[in-house]
Amino acid sequence: MGFFTDTSICIGCKACEVACKEWNQIPDSNQGFTGRSYDNTLDLGADTWRHVAFVEQRKPVGVDAAADSLVDAAALNEIAEREGVETYQDDGGVRWLMSSDVCKHCTDAACLEVCPTGALFRTEFGTVVVQEDICNGCGYCVTACPFGVLDQREGDGRVWKCTLCYDRLKDDKEPACAQACPTNSIQFGELSELRERAEKRLEKFADAGVEGARLYGADEDDGVGGFGAFFLLLDEPEVYGLPPAPVDTSRHLGQVWGAAFAAAVALGAGLLGAALGGRR
Amino acid sequence: MVPAAEPRSYYGQPVLKEPVWTWEIPVYFFTGGMAGASAGLAYLSELRGNRTLARNAWAVALGGIAVSPALLISDLGKPSRFLNMLRVFKVTSPMSVGSWILNAEGALITASVAGVAPRLAKPTAAVLGLPVATYTAALIANTAVPVWHGARLTLPFLFGAGAAASAGAAAAAVTPPRYAAPARRLAIGGAAAEAIASKVMEQRLGELADPYREGTAGKLNRIADGLTVSGGVVLAAAGKRRPAAVAGSALLLAGAAAKRWAVFKAGFQSASDPKFTVGPQRERIRRGETRGAERLAVSRSIPA
Repeated sequence: MGFFTDTSICIGCKACEVACKEWNQIPDSNQGFTGRSYDNTLDLGADTWRHVAFVEQRKPVGVDAAADSLVDAAALNEIAEREGVETYQDDGGVRWLMSSDVCKHCTDAACLEVCPTGALFRTEFGTVVVQEDICNGCGYCVTACPFGVLDQREGDGRVWKCTLCYDRLKDDKEPACAQACPTNSIQFGELSELRERAEKRLEKFADAGVEGARLYGADEDDGVGGFGAFFLLLDEPEVYGLPPAPVDTSRHLGQVWGAAFAAAVALGAGLLGAALGGRR
Repeated sequence: MVPAAEPRSYYGQPVLKEPVWTWEIPVYFFTGGMAGASAGLAYLSELRGNRTLARNAWAVALGGIAVSPALLISDLGKPSRFLNMLRVFKVTSPMSVGSWILNAEGALITASVAGVAPRLAKPTAAVLGLPVATYTAALIANTAVPVWHGARLTLPFLFGAGAAASAGAAAAAVTPPRYAAPARRLAIGGAAAEAIASKVMEQRLGELADPYREGTAGKLNRIADGLTVSGGVVLAAAGKRRPAAVAGSALLLAGAAAKRWAVFKAGFQSASDPKFTVGPQRERIRRGETRGAERLAVSRSIPA
């Protein structure tokens, strides 16, 4: 089970952030004025499990940019209107990108692999969850996550992140954020079904000539074996604060251990040379 | 080469989280490395009949291995749960593997010094000390932190060399010079290897090595290089005289500690700037090494 977050229909209402906080009883997080559009939570962390990003861009994008003639433009606008793939854009060429970010629940989850206590585990729903009664706050997962999702909670010491509402799933309910989302930007369901839905949605953007639409984390060769929570974005991932080519560090575990072993052997050789060579 | 344009980002905000680790961790990198290599020096000195050097090196090993767990436990968010480290054994987690190795090494060095089953404990402690000195590099390399993960092939050699330098220097500082020749050789060789490994690592990191030249990590890195080189020179030139041996050893120990600290800080600096995350990832996509995680809509013909 997982999420498909279609950012093209996100209206930035933050109902997901609020529902998540309420249901999971997450402590207060930064709500100061950041000056970054309407974003006052900044990023995902121990106390923010859904984060709505707001990007303001001044550039000619959308349907008209792809059209060669007025007739084309009219045809494309009609399609865009019919299919609902217009982006929020005013006449001055300012467009708003809004995206509700969340833990990706990676198929190959670095956090889970490096966790030395086994606190992080994969649930029967395929999601990645921290067991709070086991986590000892070593912080390894914080540095291993290629998305910067996990963090230690101040004053608590343990690491917290999105559980994809493990408790609600067990009760056959959808996660709080998905249920609260008024536009269905956050969709919850079987991943295979969500991926099909996302492909169809992407096709509509292509048909309407809207440039820049892309799926993010919908494929198994994406560096982390496919996201359990993937996205439809309207610009490059880094614009939303997401890494364009995340890698599960365990992909290089052979090199990591190999080099450590070789260095240990070299240290042994050095010790032998120093102790046994020359005068005692 | 044309310098890469500043990659795009979300208000310049980091993609990754900075590590939550505090001062105990780089100090442990130093003490653990020194203890691990000291066990080897102690055992081999004993084999050669240099009992003075062996005794002192065992003492250094014991001291280093005794403070290490304390440092690690104090860094935990929930120190009372430190035993959870030994709940599982996971090869995918260098921290898990390291916890087991460090515990075993602690028991072995203690047994060696206390004379409990010394014929088994001593050689095993000497051998297990080697991974104790290098696994810490594997631990930080096995992360998403660009400057650590990008140095996964060289970092263990830097840590191993630093361990040799500090074990040799510690023993040379507390041992009368006429018994300390092997310790001096280890210290000088380790210092040279440390300096070379450090340069090779920075070379191979390319633009990712910027944190080693800027800010706190840059400062520490320069200080470490200065200390290590001067310590090595002092030991090589005048290490047979006690005051010079102590001074040279102190310089080397400070250099090895500063180098660990520089590596530690460089990790923070590379995690907190999105250009170190996004830039190299875009570069890997451009070179065709990875497809990346995004798939663009393929524009089709415009229907009539």
